[in-house]
Amino acid sequence: MKKTGHRKDKWVFGPDTHGHFGIYGGRFVPETLIHALNELAEAYHAVRRNQSFKKELSHYLATYAGRPTPLYFARNLSQSLGRNLNVYLKREDLCHTGAHKINNTIGQGLLARYLGKNRIIAETGAGQHGVASATAARLLKLSCDVYMGTEDMKRQALNVYKMKLLGARVIPVTSGSKTLKDATNEAIRDWVTHVDSTHYLLGSAVGPHPYPAMVRDFQLVIGREARAQIRRCQRSKVDVLIACVGGGSNAIGFFYPFLKDRVKLIGVEAAGEGLHTKHHAASLRKGSLGVLHGMKSLVLQDRDGQIQLAHSISAGLDYPSVGPEHAFLKQTGRAQYETATDADALRGFHALTQLEGIIPALEPAHAVGYLIKSARRFKKGSTVMICLSGRGDKDLDVVRRAEHHLGRMI
Amino acid sequence: MGNRLVRVLSQARKNKRKLFCAYVTLGYPSLRQTESLALTLQNAGTDILELGFPFSDPLADGPTIQYASEQSIKKGTHFEDSFRVMRRLRREGLHIPVLFFSYFNPIHHYGVDAFVRKSRYAGLDGAIIPDLPPDEARSLEERFHKAGLSLVYLVAPTTERTRMKHIAKRSNGFVYYVSLRGVTGARRAVPADLTERLRLLKRQTSKAILVGFGVSHPGQVRSIARNADGIVVGSAIIDRLRRGKGIRAVGSYVSRLVRALNPK
Repeated sequence: MKKTGHRKDKWVFGPDTHGHFGIYGGRFVPETLIHALNELAEAYHAVRRNQSFKKELSHYLATYAGRPTPLYFARNLSQSLGRNLNVYLKREDLCHTGAHKINNTIGQGLLARYLGKNRIIAETGAGQHGVASATAARLLKLSCDVYMGTEDMKRQALNVYKMKLLGARVIPVTSGSKTLKDATNEAIRDWVTHVDSTHYLLGSAVGPHPYPAMVRDFQLVIGREARAQIRRCQRSKVDVLIACVGGGSNAIGFFYPFLKDRVKLIGVEAAGEGLHTKHHAASLRKGSLGVLHGMKSLVLQDRDGQIQLAHSISAGLDYPSVGPEHAFLKQTGRAQYETATDADALRGFHALTQLEGIIPALEPAHAVGYLIKSARRFKKGSTVMICLSGRGDKDLDVVRRAEHHLGRMI
Repeated sequence: MGNRLVRVLSQARKNKRKLFCAYVTLGYPSLRQTESLALTLQNAGTDILELGFPFSDPLADGPTIQYASEQSIKKGTHFEDSFRVMRRLRREGLHIPVLFFSYFNPIHHYGVDAFVRKSRYAGLDGAIIPDLPPDEARSLEERFHKAGLSLVYLVAPTTERTRMKHIAKRSNGFVYYVSLRGVTGARRAVPADLTERLRLLKRQTSKAILVGFGVSHPGQVRSIARNADGIVVGSAIIDRLRRGKGIRAVGSYVSRLVRALNPK
């Protein structure tokens, strides 16, 4: 592990120059992509210190994406939990397009333009990253193709329509499990074929170097804002941060600026129908060391090293691996990773809707559900911050169907 | 160290013969047929066999090999089958060098040390791992080297000259040149920049250069053979199996390609 960070918030824990976070990360891709990844890493390195790039990015984040997002004190939820807990919500759901994904897509969109590439491709599961990519593509006048599994297209028909309205081409993926994992494979195959003219706009802090570090850096605006905002609140000290983890981009962006503080970091994975079943997406808790989509990380796999299918009620957490930096934070003990089942998430969803009038996406509903489930284990009077990474409009159908299926939860 | 691959390469060089390397997916259409296919390919004049282990997420492969992999996994092909089939093949008289083709995860999950041990025992001569560039392969390379197994690296159309040289130096046996930007799968034409790229690569190394990805027609084979030491054909073989052609038909197809490769 190499410490390259001399400036606050920057590369505190790595990665090293080859993109390794301890034993995780790296670059496990076909040779054809190595050149493009080098080029991307170099360009990214250059623009990070480029004043005009930074100015343009923060201009769009402020005037287009709606940043800074508010930090909201959830009084009713806090009271219902008891133990004098103070719960704050970082309102990423108020971002343009309804989730934190836009922070990354504008950043990488600008980078694509800087690289002289006029086409972007993206993978999407729930469609949030697809919509955010299509949006950034409109804004920056790029053409945009989005790969999406046919299974997901059925579940998220509204987002498919949104992407089409935004002028993106949605390419149905019928291989493998027809979900996010296979959409990612297809996006990589497209990139291998059109690598000279195309930028692959990866949506989470996963994949080969420099993606995990780059996506994190575009997302750490979440944590940086939250850190300044909580200081301005009357109770200046935050004790615990909670965020949901699929690939882990909202969580790493939220955690990262706090790594050096005395704050407990909790990532919540999707336990689906339960960790004792095969239907979950808890790669940090139940996965083993493996290589998928260009990175070494913790992976759900069978005894032959074949990648297993993940399951979660929320399409955004439905991924059989996790960003390498989370695996690293787990290994070093800096962050701890817990789980919430589909039922916990639904409980969180309803609690937040009914107590605060905020309809969360099912992804952050896992974080809320975890807090409700384990409030008793938190120290009395703790201040807890949750990253509310997206809003719930996209999930209403899923929730309605699940209610029907599981019976009333609350 | 002299495994079968090294011997075949040096012999071909002496006799100025071009090499034909064939790819098959283990367990497609079935394990039994993989065996008879391998022997048929040998009889048809194949010099090197690539035995491909099916992976759930083959991101360097096009639809053909994706399909074969999926079918094979569905039929329950396990990692251990590779060694079992390989041992049987050696007993049945397969004498050409065999390279294990696999994405890194199955090998990593099995354990590199165990893999090296079993490979030697089963009569494999090395491996090609398409998602393991040399930058990440240091320790694996050492262990292969110690065991006398060849680790063949790939050079791509986008690889820069200095990196080409570096990869060629570390590649053991031959250098695998990926003919095009894209995934595996039969194409009709030869990429426009191929000749120029092969000449550039040739200036960086004295090792044999085999060209793969997209090769399927005798015409292509003839034009590629002018600037390379051999070719790799995979998807075109699988395509024929998928279209219901028998193993014997695949054999005569390969004979045709071999003749195109080494006329006279």
